[in-house]
Amino acid sequence: MIIGGGILAVTSRKIFRAAIYLLFSLLGIASLYFYLNYEFIAAVQIVVYVGGIVVLIIFSVFLTHASGDEMQKPVLWRALFSGLAAVFATALTLLYITEHTFIPTANAAVAPSVKNIGLQMLSTTQYGYILPFEVVSMLLLAALVGCIVIAIKIKTKE
Amino acid sequence: MLFISTALFFIGVYGFLTRKNMITMLMAIELILNSVNINFVAFNKYLYADKLDGLFFTIFIITIAAAEAAVAIAIIIHLYRSLKSIDVDDADLMKF
Repeated sequence: MIIGGGILAVTSRKIFRAAIYLLFSLLGIASLYFYLNYEFIAAVQIVVYVGGIVVLIIFSVFLTHASGDEMQKPVLWRALFSGLAAVFATALTLLYITEHTFIPTANAAVAPSVKNIGLQMLSTTQYGYILPFEVVSMLLLAALVGCIVIAIKIKTKE
Repeated sequence: MLFISTALFFIGVYGFLTRKNMITMLMAIELILNSVNINFVAFNKYLYADKLDGLFFTIFIITIAAAEAAVAIAIIIHLYRSLKSIDVDDADLMKF
Protein backbone atom coordinates (compact mmCIF):
# COMPACT_ATOMS: atom_id res chain seq x y z
CA MET A 1 0.00 0.00 0.00
CA ILE A 2 2.80 2.42 0.85
CA ILE A 3 4.93 1.59 -2.17
CA GLY A 4 2.00 1.38 -4.56
CA GLY A 5 0.56 4.66 -3.34
CA GLY A 6 3.94 6.32 -3.65
CA ILE A 7 4.54 5.09 -7.19
CA LEU A 8 1.06 6.15 -8.30
CA ALA A 9 1.49 9.52 -6.58
CA VAL A 10 4.58 10.34 -8.61
CA THR A 11 3.38 8.89 -11.92
CA SER A 12 -0.30 9.78 -12.04
CA ARG A 13 -1.11 12.29 -14.75
CA LYS A 14 -4.02 13.90 -12.95
CA ILE A 15 -2.79 15.99 -10.07
CA PHE A 16 -5.86 15.48 -7.91
CA ARG A 17 -5.51 11.72 -8.16
CA ALA A 18 -1.83 12.06 -7.31
CA ALA A 19 -2.83 13.86 -4.11
CA ILE A 20 -5.27 11.08 -3.20
CA TYR A 21 -2.61 8.41 -3.84
CA LEU A 22 -0.26 10.37 -1.59
CA LEU A 23 -2.98 10.29 1.06
CA PHE A 24 -3.15 6.50 0.86
CA SER A 25 0.62 6.20 1.07
CA LEU A 26 0.70 8.38 4.19
CA LEU A 27 -2.11 6.34 5.76
CA GLY A 28 -0.10 3.21 5.07
CA ILE A 29 2.86 4.74 6.87
CA ALA A 30 0.64 5.57 9.83
CA SER A 31 -0.54 1.95 9.95
CA LEU A 32 3.13 0.92 9.88
CA TYR A 33 3.68 2.99 13.03
CA PHE A 34 0.68 1.33 14.62
CA TYR A 35 2.20 -2.03 13.72
CA LEU A 36 5.40 -1.01 15.51
CA ASN A 37 3.35 -0.06 18.62
CA TYR A 38 4.21 3.63 18.31
CA GLU A 39 0.69 4.90 18.71
CA PHE A 40 1.64 8.49 19.43
CA ILE A 41 3.73 8.84 16.27
CA ALA A 42 0.94 7.23 14.27
CA ALA A 43 -1.57 9.69 15.68
CA VAL A 44 0.74 12.62 14.91
CA GLN A 45 1.25 11.28 11.39
CA ILE A 46 -2.49 11.04 10.75
CA VAL A 47 -3.28 14.42 12.25
CA VAL A 48 -0.45 16.41 10.68
CA TYR A 49 0.02 14.74 7.31
CA VAL A 50 -3.35 13.31 6.43
CA GLY A 51 -5.36 15.99 8.16
CA GLY A 52 -3.11 18.93 7.48
CA ILE A 53 -0.68 18.69 4.61
CA VAL A 54 -2.79 16.66 2.18
CA VAL A 55 -5.78 18.92 2.74
CA LEU A 56 -3.51 21.92 2.14
CA ILE A 57 -2.20 20.34 -1.07
CA ILE A 58 -5.71 19.58 -2.29
CA PHE A 59 -6.77 23.15 -1.58
CA SER A 60 -3.84 24.51 -3.52
CA VAL A 61 -4.66 22.14 -6.38
CA PHE A 62 -8.16 23.56 -6.46
CA LEU A 63 -6.81 27.09 -6.37
CA THR A 64 -4.38 26.63 -9.21
CA HIS A 65 -5.93 24.07 -11.56
CA ALA A 66 -9.05 23.58 -13.51
CA SER A 67 -10.26 20.24 -12.21
CA GLY A 68 -9.66 17.21 -14.36
CA ASP A 69 -7.11 18.54 -16.80
CA GLU A 70 -4.09 16.36 -17.34
CA MET A 71 -0.53 17.37 -16.85
CA GLN A 72 1.85 17.01 -19.72
CA LYS A 73 3.93 13.91 -19.90
CA PRO A 74 7.45 14.12 -18.55
CA VAL A 75 10.17 14.35 -21.13
CA LEU A 76 11.10 10.85 -22.17
CA TRP A 77 14.84 10.95 -21.65
CA ARG A 78 14.44 12.71 -18.35
CA ALA A 79 11.95 10.12 -17.09
CA LEU A 80 14.16 7.34 -18.39
CA PHE A 81 17.33 8.55 -16.72
CA SER A 82 15.58 9.45 -13.45
CA GLY A 83 13.99 6.02 -13.37
CA LEU A 84 17.28 4.31 -14.05
CA ALA A 85 19.03 6.37 -11.40
CA ALA A 86 16.30 5.61 -8.86
CA VAL A 87 16.33 1.88 -9.60
CA PHE A 88 20.10 1.55 -9.45
CA ALA A 89 20.37 3.64 -6.29
CA THR A 90 17.65 1.51 -4.67
CA ALA A 91 19.49 -1.66 -5.63
CA LEU A 92 22.80 -0.34 -4.29
CA THR A 93 21.26 0.78 -1.01
CA LEU A 94 19.44 -2.51 -0.54
CA LEU A 95 22.68 -4.35 -1.24
CA TYR A 96 24.45 -2.41 1.51
CA ILE A 97 21.54 -2.93 3.90
CA THR A 98 21.54 -6.68 3.38
CA GLU A 99 25.32 -6.92 3.77
CA HIS A 100 25.42 -4.87 6.95
CA THR A 101 24.84 -6.61 10.28
CA PHE A 102 22.91 -4.57 12.77
CA ILE A 103 23.62 -4.98 16.47
CA PRO A 104 20.65 -4.20 18.70
CA THR A 105 21.23 -2.77 22.11
CA ALA A 106 21.10 -5.03 25.13
CA ASN A 107 19.48 -2.54 27.47
CA ALA A 108 15.92 -2.81 28.62
CA ALA A 109 13.35 -1.22 26.39
CA VAL A 110 11.56 1.97 27.34
CA ALA A 111 7.84 2.05 26.74
CA PRO A 112 7.10 4.66 24.04
CA SER A 113 4.12 5.99 25.93
CA VAL A 114 2.91 9.55 25.73
CA LYS A 115 4.00 10.08 29.33
CA ASN A 116 7.61 9.12 28.66
CA ILE A 117 7.71 11.15 25.46
CA GLY A 118 6.34 14.22 27.16
CA LEU A 119 8.62 13.91 30.17
CA GLN A 120 11.73 13.64 28.07
CA MET A 121 10.69 16.27 25.58
CA LEU A 122 10.15 18.94 28.21
CA SER A 123 12.96 18.03 30.59
CA THR A 124 15.92 20.33 30.99
CA THR A 125 18.34 17.64 32.11
CA GLN A 126 21.03 16.06 30.01
CA TYR A 127 18.89 14.17 27.52
CA GLY A 128 16.02 16.60 27.47
CA TYR A 129 14.66 18.08 24.28
CA ILE A 130 13.45 21.41 25.59
CA LEU A 131 15.78 23.50 23.41
CA PRO A 132 14.78 21.91 20.06
CA PHE A 133 11.18 22.14 21.21
CA GLU A 134 11.44 25.89 21.70
CA VAL A 135 13.39 26.36 18.48
CA VAL A 136 10.71 24.48 16.57
CA SER A 137 8.02 26.61 18.12
CA MET A 138 9.88 29.73 16.94
CA LEU A 139 10.19 28.15 13.49
CA LEU A 140 6.45 27.53 13.35
CA LEU A 141 5.78 31.12 14.33
CA ALA A 142 8.16 32.36 11.65
CA ALA A 143 6.51 30.09 9.06
CA LEU A 144 3.09 31.39 10.05
CA VAL A 145 4.11 35.02 9.69
CA GLY A 146 6.03 34.26 6.49
CA CYS A 147 3.04 32.55 4.87
CA ILE A 148 0.83 35.52 5.61
CA VAL A 149 3.41 37.96 4.27
CA ILE A 150 3.99 35.95 1.09
CA ALA A 151 0.42 35.09 0.23
CA ILE A 152 -1.24 38.38 1.16
CA LYS A 153 -2.92 40.11 -1.71
CA ILE A 154 -1.46 43.54 -2.26
CA LYS A 155 -4.13 45.98 -3.23
CA THR A 156 -3.23 48.02 -6.22
CA LYS A 157 -4.88 51.30 -7.00
CA GLU A 158 -7.11 51.13 -10.03
CA MET B 1 11.19 -1.86 7.12
CA LEU B 2 14.37 -0.47 5.61
CA PHE B 3 13.33 -1.88 2.24
CA ILE B 4 10.11 0.07 2.36
CA SER B 5 11.82 3.30 3.32
CA THR B 6 14.53 2.89 0.69
CA ALA B 7 12.01 2.25 -2.04
CA LEU B 8 9.87 5.18 -0.90
CA PHE B 9 12.87 7.51 -0.79
CA PHE B 10 13.86 6.76 -4.35
CA ILE B 11 10.26 6.94 -5.55
CA GLY B 12 10.30 10.45 -4.11
CA VAL B 13 13.59 11.24 -5.84
CA TYR B 14 12.18 9.96 -9.13
CA GLY B 15 9.07 12.09 -8.74
CA PHE B 16 11.13 15.12 -7.87
CA LEU B 17 13.29 14.69 -10.95
CA THR B 18 10.53 14.03 -13.46
CA ARG B 19 7.74 16.36 -12.41
CA LYS B 20 7.51 19.89 -13.64
CA ASN B 21 4.54 20.90 -11.55
CA MET B 22 5.49 22.53 -8.27
CA ILE B 23 2.73 20.93 -6.22
CA THR B 24 3.68 17.44 -7.32
CA MET B 25 7.31 18.20 -6.55
CA LEU B 26 6.17 19.17 -3.07
CA MET B 27 4.37 15.83 -2.80
CA ALA B 28 7.58 14.05 -3.78
CA ILE B 29 9.42 15.91 -1.02
CA GLU B 30 6.79 14.74 1.45
CA LEU B 31 7.42 11.15 0.35
CA ILE B 32 11.16 11.57 0.93
CA LEU B 33 10.64 13.02 4.41
CA ASN B 34 8.26 10.19 5.27
CA SER B 35 10.80 7.59 4.26
CA VAL B 36 13.30 9.26 6.60
CA ASN B 37 10.71 9.08 9.37
CA ILE B 38 10.18 5.38 8.78
CA ASN B 39 13.93 4.88 9.07
CA PHE B 40 14.16 6.75 12.37
CA VAL B 41 11.25 4.86 13.88
CA ALA B 42 12.49 1.48 12.68
CA PHE B 43 15.99 2.04 14.04
CA ASN B 44 14.56 3.23 17.32
CA LYS B 45 12.31 0.19 17.57
CA TYR B 46 14.71 -2.56 16.60
CA LEU B 47 18.18 -1.31 17.56
CA TYR B 48 17.82 1.28 20.33
CA ALA B 49 14.65 0.37 22.15
CA ASP B 50 16.06 1.78 25.40
CA LYS B 51 15.96 5.34 24.10
CA LEU B 52 13.31 7.57 22.63
CA ASP B 53 15.54 9.75 20.45
CA GLY B 54 14.25 8.40 17.14
CA LEU B 55 10.75 9.36 18.14
CA PHE B 56 11.81 12.91 18.89
CA PHE B 57 13.56 13.23 15.56
CA THR B 58 10.43 11.94 13.86
CA ILE B 59 8.22 14.42 15.68
CA PHE B 60 10.50 17.33 14.81
CA ILE B 61 10.75 16.25 11.17
CA ILE B 62 6.96 16.09 10.94
CA THR B 63 6.71 19.58 12.42
CA ILE B 64 9.30 21.05 10.09
CA ALA B 65 7.71 19.30 7.10
CA ALA B 66 4.38 20.89 7.98
CA ALA B 67 5.95 24.36 8.22
CA GLU B 68 7.85 23.81 4.99
CA ALA B 69 4.74 22.65 3.12
CA ALA B 70 2.79 25.67 4.32
CA VAL B 71 5.49 28.12 3.22
CA ALA B 72 5.94 26.32 -0.11
CA ILE B 73 2.23 26.43 -0.86
CA ALA B 74 2.14 30.13 -0.01
CA ILE B 75 4.99 30.72 -2.46
CA ILE B 76 3.28 28.56 -5.11
CA ILE B 77 0.01 30.47 -4.81
CA HIS B 78 1.83 33.77 -5.02
CA LEU B 79 3.73 32.60 -8.12
CA TYR B 80 0.49 31.39 -9.67
CA ARG B 81 -1.02 34.80 -9.13
CA SER B 82 1.81 36.59 -10.85
CA LEU B 83 2.66 34.04 -13.56
CA LYS B 84 -0.64 32.14 -14.09
CA SER B 85 1.34 28.92 -14.08
CA ILE B 86 2.99 26.63 -11.57
CA ASP B 87 5.50 24.91 -13.83
CA VAL B 88 9.07 25.31 -12.70
CA ASP B 89 10.14 26.13 -16.26
CA ASP B 90 7.99 29.23 -16.29
CA ALA B 91 9.40 30.60 -13.06
CA ASP B 92 12.58 32.04 -14.52
CA LEU B 93 12.19 35.61 -13.36
CA MET B 94 15.39 35.46 -11.33
CA LYS B 95 17.39 34.00 -14.20
CA PHE B 96 20.09 36.31 -15.33
